Amino acid sequence: MSITSESDQLAYIASQAADARVNVEVETDEGMTLNLGPQHPATHGTLRIIVKLDGEKVVAAEPIMGYMHRGYEKLTEVRTYPQVTTLINRIDWLGSFANEVPFILAAEQLMEVEAPPRAQWIRTILFELSRIANVCLFLGDMAVQIGATTPVFYAFRDREFVLNQIERVTGGRFHPNFDRIGGLKDDLPKGWIEETRGALNRMQAFCDEMEELVLGNEIFQARTRGIGTIPSDIALAYGLSGANLRASGVDWDIRRDANVGLVYDQVDWKVWTHPDGDSFARFWVRLQETREACNIIDQLLGTIPSGPIMAKVPRIIKVPPGEAYVATENPLGEMGFYVVSKGDLTPFRVKIRSASFSNMSIAPWVLKDVFVPDIISILASLYFILGDIDR
Amino acid sequence: MAEIPDHLLKRAQAAREKAQANQEPKVSPNEDVAAQTTTVVDDESLVQEIDEKAENILQEIQSGLNEKLISSHVAPNRGLWIRVSSKDWRGTAQFLKDQLDCQFFDWLSVIDWMPSPYGRELDTEQDIQPETVNPEEQPIEWGYTGGETRFQLICRVYSISLGIGIMVKADLDDQNPRALSLIPIYPGANWHEREAREMFGVTFDEHPDLRNIYLPGDFEGHPLRKDYPLLSRRMKPWPGVVDVEVMPGEEK
Repeated sequence: MSITSESDQLAYIASQAADARVNVEVETDEGMTLNLGPQHPATHGTLRIIVKLDGEKVVAAEPIMGYMHRGYEKLTEVRTYPQVTTLINRIDWLGSFANEVPFILAAEQLMEVEAPPRAQWIRTILFELSRIANVCLFLGDMAVQIGATTPVFYAFRDREFVLNQIERVTGGRFHPNFDRIGGLKDDLPKGWIEETRGALNRMQAFCDEMEELVLGNEIFQARTRGIGTIPSDIALAYGLSGANLRASGVDWDIRRDANVGLVYDQVDWKVWTHPDGDSFARFWVRLQETREACNIIDQLLGTIPSGPIMAKVPRIIKVPPGEAYVATENPLGEMGFYVVSKGDLTPFRVKIRSASFSNMSIAPWVLKDVFVPDIISILASLYFILGDIDR
Repeated sequence: MAEIPDHLLKRAQAAREKAQANQEPKVSPNEDVAAQTTTVVDDESLVQEIDEKAENILQEIQSGLNEKLISSHVAPNRGLWIRVSSKDWRGTAQFLKDQLDCQFFDWLSVIDWMPSPYGRELDTEQDIQPETVNPEEQPIEWGYTGGETRFQLICRVYSISLGIGIMVKADLDDQNPRALSLIPIYPGANWHEREAREMFGVTFDEHPDLRNIYLPGDFEGHPLRKDYPLLSRRMKPWPGVVDVEVMPGEEK
């Protein structure tokens, strides 16, 4: 086929786009169909949403996933327990240390091993640091989706200080692979505690900055107040968890109510909730939680007990037969691993309960009857990572 | 930054002392066991307490479900498992939501209990020659609460007011695995059931839209079934349990 004229070129592009069935707007008598994504900045990966419109109003919205499906549940069945942590790091790549913890805790439950107190302390500190690294990006990114470009640069700038601290302990900025059955790979390096206090001070200042810059902004409030409201009973029935659930007024936090293996009971801290359930509430709760995470880390840094960082575990790990489910309050919400063991070197079956999968399943419900620009702000406020949906 | 309250410092001190006690060199394994049993007295009383809570809730479930409850399992401090038949699947979920205030839908999935014909461990004989072992001959071993069939549905619901998560299992028919959809009770089950359908081939009746969720529409087979081979592993075996890289300059 030879393309000679401009009209030929346009026709060619249109036919290519129609073949790929992406970003095509189709107008019929019943209304218009709009493809959002798979390459949209609001989607944190490759999520595609087919939206049926009546004028500016959404009649139906349907998320299409699977562009990033990597089959972790199958892959875990052919890896030994220590090898699995390398894989599951990649589920939520913004707060990757937090992914390792529930799996390791589930394996420890089955082996009836408990990490020494020092390891539990450091685990909790790193867990909260990955929460800051994760949610910090949300705070900047949410403003970008609404049209303010500056906050995301602040977020990336200050997030780097937290990532540096994670890197100094684990050796990995993004994928630490640091948690081990029975403890941790290494101890803290010298001078780390003081440096972390400095990074926390920066994060507190960042939170104050975001509060002034974004939360009090009139445009931000107009775009988020009363938009995408989710009542608490709907949120529970859809399995929403984490800040999304607490923003709907449900006072439930796994760290406080069903804590396993981490030392949140050793700290004075508060669970933040908001009664509104709209996009604004979700932003507000996450902002407070970032501050609370700084507070938790600050208290834990002063009370780290001395002692070993590894319990006694055999060199080749065989997990006794049994089933265990351990969930932790990850940055995105409840993340749990259901591990079925038959006494082998490899797990028999691992079910990964990831937070974003359930958080996203409410999208068809919450996007119904909203206007097109609100799709983006609602998606941004629900806050998902595609690796966490597709696994 | 806020000052650290005194009681936290005390707790940390206690934890430090505990760690030091654990750290002391052990002369023989017998003494190690003796030392542990003396230090974990508090933990044992805690286990007993949580256990009672799960047992009480199990009592309530037993009186509510009567003969529908096939078996149950309480792992102290870890959770509560119950098993029902697949025809009581939706009824059980309704009961748990209405009577035990299990408002929170956690997740739903399937377990394929058939031993994998391709070997369970990394470097067994079966991995090298899968044809030599007939999967039908290997007995199926079930986990908690037992089982009768190859596929088991499993769902976890959580009661925030009671503070307990309940794992519900149901046996599915081998040839035609199907159950009623939970969507009328928990709308969040929608995507979980779609995932279970494409990964295990379980049909959910009255589900409005059972298309594939991750895989392409024309994908053949159900990948998480044990008899579905992981092709990359068939082509290139995993290095093995002890995976040691050769350092530069070292001989193999």
